Amino acid sequence: MCLAIPILVEELLPDDMARVTLNGVSKVVSIALLEDVRLGDYLLIHVGYALARLDPEEAERTIAMMREAAVPGLADMAESRP
Amino acid sequence: MKHIDEYRDGTLARSIAATIAREAACDRHYQFMEFCGGHTHAISRYGIEDLLPGNVQMVHGPGCPVCVLPIGRIDDAIKLAMRPEVTLCTYADLMRVPASAGANLLKAKAAGADIRMVYSTLDAIRIAETEPHREVVFFAIGFETTTPPTAVAIRLARKKRLRNFTVFCNHVLTPPAIRAILDAPVLPEGGQVRVDGFIGPAHVSTITGTTPYLSLAAEFAKPVVVAGFEPLDVVQAILMLLRQVNEGRHDVENQYIRFVTTAGNVIAQREMAEMFELRESFEWRGLGELPMSALRLRDAYADLDAERRFAVETVPAADNPACECGTILRGLKKPAECKLFGTLCTPETPMGSCMVSPEGACAAHWTYGRFRARDRVAV
Amino acid sequence: MRGALDLWPLPRPRSGGRLSPPRRRVRRLDIRNGRVDLSHGAGGRASAQLIDEIFLDAFDNPLLARGDDQAAFDVQAGRMVMSTDGYVISPLFFPGGDIGSLAVHGTVNDVAMSGARPLHLAASYIIEEGFALADLHRIAHSMGRAAREAGVAIVTGDTKVVERGKGDGVFITTTGIGIVPSGLDLSADRATSGDRVILSGCVGDHGVAVMSKRANLGFETELLSDSAALHGLVAEMVRVAGASLRVMRDPTRGGLAAALNEIAQRSGVGFLIDESAIPVRPEVAAACELLGLDPLYVANEGKLVAIVAPDAADTLLVAMRAHPLGRGAALIGQAIADEQCFVQMTTSFGGGRIVDWLAGEQLPRIC
Repeated sequence: MCLAIPILVEELLPDDMARVTLNGVSKVVSIALLEDVRLGDYLLIHVGYALARLDPEEAERTIAMMREAAVPGLADMAESRP
Repeated sequence: MKHIDEYRDGTLARSIAATIAREAACDRHYQFMEFCGGHTHAISRYGIEDLLPGNVQMVHGPGCPVCVLPIGRIDDAIKLAMRPEVTLCTYADLMRVPASAGANLLKAKAAGADIRMVYSTLDAIRIAETEPHREVVFFAIGFETTTPPTAVAIRLARKKRLRNFTVFCNHVLTPPAIRAILDAPVLPEGGQVRVDGFIGPAHVSTITGTTPYLSLAAEFAKPVVVAGFEPLDVVQAILMLLRQVNEGRHDVENQYIRFVTTAGNVIAQREMAEMFELRESFEWRGLGELPMSALRLRDAYADLDAERRFAVETVPAADNPACECGTILRGLKKPAECKLFGTLCTPETPMGSCMVSPEGACAAHWTYGRFRARDRVAV
Repeated sequence: MRGALDLWPLPRPRSGGRLSPPRRRVRRLDIRNGRVDLSHGAGGRASAQLIDEIFLDAFDNPLLARGDDQAAFDVQAGRMVMSTDGYVISPLFFPGGDIGSLAVHGTVNDVAMSGARPLHLAASYIIEEGFALADLHRIAHSMGRAAREAGVAIVTGDTKVVERGKGDGVFITTTGIGIVPSGLDLSADRATSGDRVILSGCVGDHGVAVMSKRANLGFETELLSDSAALHGLVAEMVRVAGASLRVMRDPTRGGLAAALNEIAQRSGVGFLIDESAIPVRPEVAAACELLGLDPLYVANEGKLVAIVAPDAADTLLVAMRAHPLGRGAALIGQAIADEQCFVQMTTSFGGGRIVDWLAGEQLPRIC
């Protein structure tokens, strides 16, 4: 039951709905479960509802944590992929 | 895709995996259970186990709500759908789950039942509005992620005064399932599975917050790391679990900080509390009867409860005796250890729900991983 | 085509200098507002009018214009191929095409996959009572256009009408024939270990474009179907690498995964492909994420996968990329020895998985 992806809010609509867009594909979803949704927010969408809002600072911290966990130098040795 | 692609970086993943290999004590074996079906799917689909050292293994847990739905409840749904006045709305995942006597919703649809696959509860509400002559029943399943969407639909149905909309509620809760695994990890023929720690569910946790896992971690002295669904999230979480085990800790840690908070989604929790109450007991496929583990509609919403409107009386039905879904869901056996796997039980002819749901351990192994049963060609 | 066409005889010289009978004056079909009814399938005057004003008008070619029940033509010596396909797509009109253009492209492509140059098509229609003439007209003209652009003619056909409720608007079956250049022997059982796998372009466009029009999935995109006739690209490929080609497939239903698994089974080999080498448009990737689909299983209607001997792979790629329909061509993997005929894939993440045969119709999942 857990397929959900973060997706950008492009337009706020009446009745607690919003249009969200990912790479030119857009969907209208319910934001009834969140407060204070703004344009430019990234929302976690699941079965047509936004469940949570992305915290961009925490996202950056997550990537930083991952990089810290990596063995220094190994990333440079590995083949780079597109 | 922003906020998605960064977490699929294979190079970074291999680096973190190298750290895991370095920090894994060579004289011991680590076994971590990913509770959530979404994690099972990610692990298989990205081949994450290939990156781990040999002494770090993943055990698949029961967090796939399609897998834990008992046969009797699918029989109920089919019976409801066969009523001429009923339009049953369901998520597509349920269409092929095996019920009694080889039946399933897809076959019922072919036999003439009005069954509609929907992406969202809002679609079911729309159908009820545009087809007032039909009795629309929404087949609600899922853990705490899908429960709030059902609650919103109930609220909308009330607001729009829909007389032809009901919910057949099979929502279940995560902590009781984790508890059930930790409580009795014993095989019928003896022997235990040791789970050294859990990868906590991603999107369930956006709703519940991380608080519900605290008592479990403390009581059973097992670390829990709540992780996102992208493959890098999973690899990072495995490292965090490994470190906790090595340091003798059993804390609840949050890897999915970009979406999960300690408190969770308070609005969603409020909606759930208003519409639903706990059932004293509920049968889970593979886990048996678990107390206080599932939800039903409160009396105040009885008019929107399909079980009450249609006087549903569930007849428990047993699985095929050779089907090992029960032990597999508990992480006690691997798919390949089930006698039916790959012979009688395949995705085309599933015997149990572990094979039907793409998140089920058996389906995931069959679809992505069964080539590992023998030597792979060196890349 | 029916004998009743004699109502509108083609002018031809008759002995004795007699003139052809005068044309009857008949009200033309109301294409804008009219509907197909059961009389249009009964073989009488109404049928003839439908055929004449909709189909002959759209397909206009000398063989069809003869008005016979069959088309007779000479063929050059050589190996002939024949292919047939039924088109039941819903919705009938989708971004980038419709059931008509699809019916031409699909069968032209099936013929072309043998390396053959497509010659002629036959088209049969099963139309539901009540179907709008405007839609039928649009579909027929789309077919005519697609055929002309592909350089093939629809030389014979048939129409039937079924009662309302017994058909989903219209079903079309097309059959195509072509001639294989001598010396070319492409077949699914010819792949051998070491052969290279080349894909002509990005996958998943058609399936996603069509799904975006299905109301209950509710997503919007500007994505177009990739529906196209591939025989021009094939001709180029055969020219530069004909002797080295083993098999070609157009990955329609079941996607690239189905095509590769079929070849693996028939040839008794495995495949090892590289996920990061498989081109996928960002919109397709995004739509698949939203719907829980895997692009490898999504239908394509303007792409092909070719298995070719290793030494010809580079030449073939260059030739394909020079062609408008092969600009995105990519080397995605190779055949390997494998008794179990798995299609293995190195994920973009670096791990391994198999790309299995689909169990059934891929349902959009939420899990």
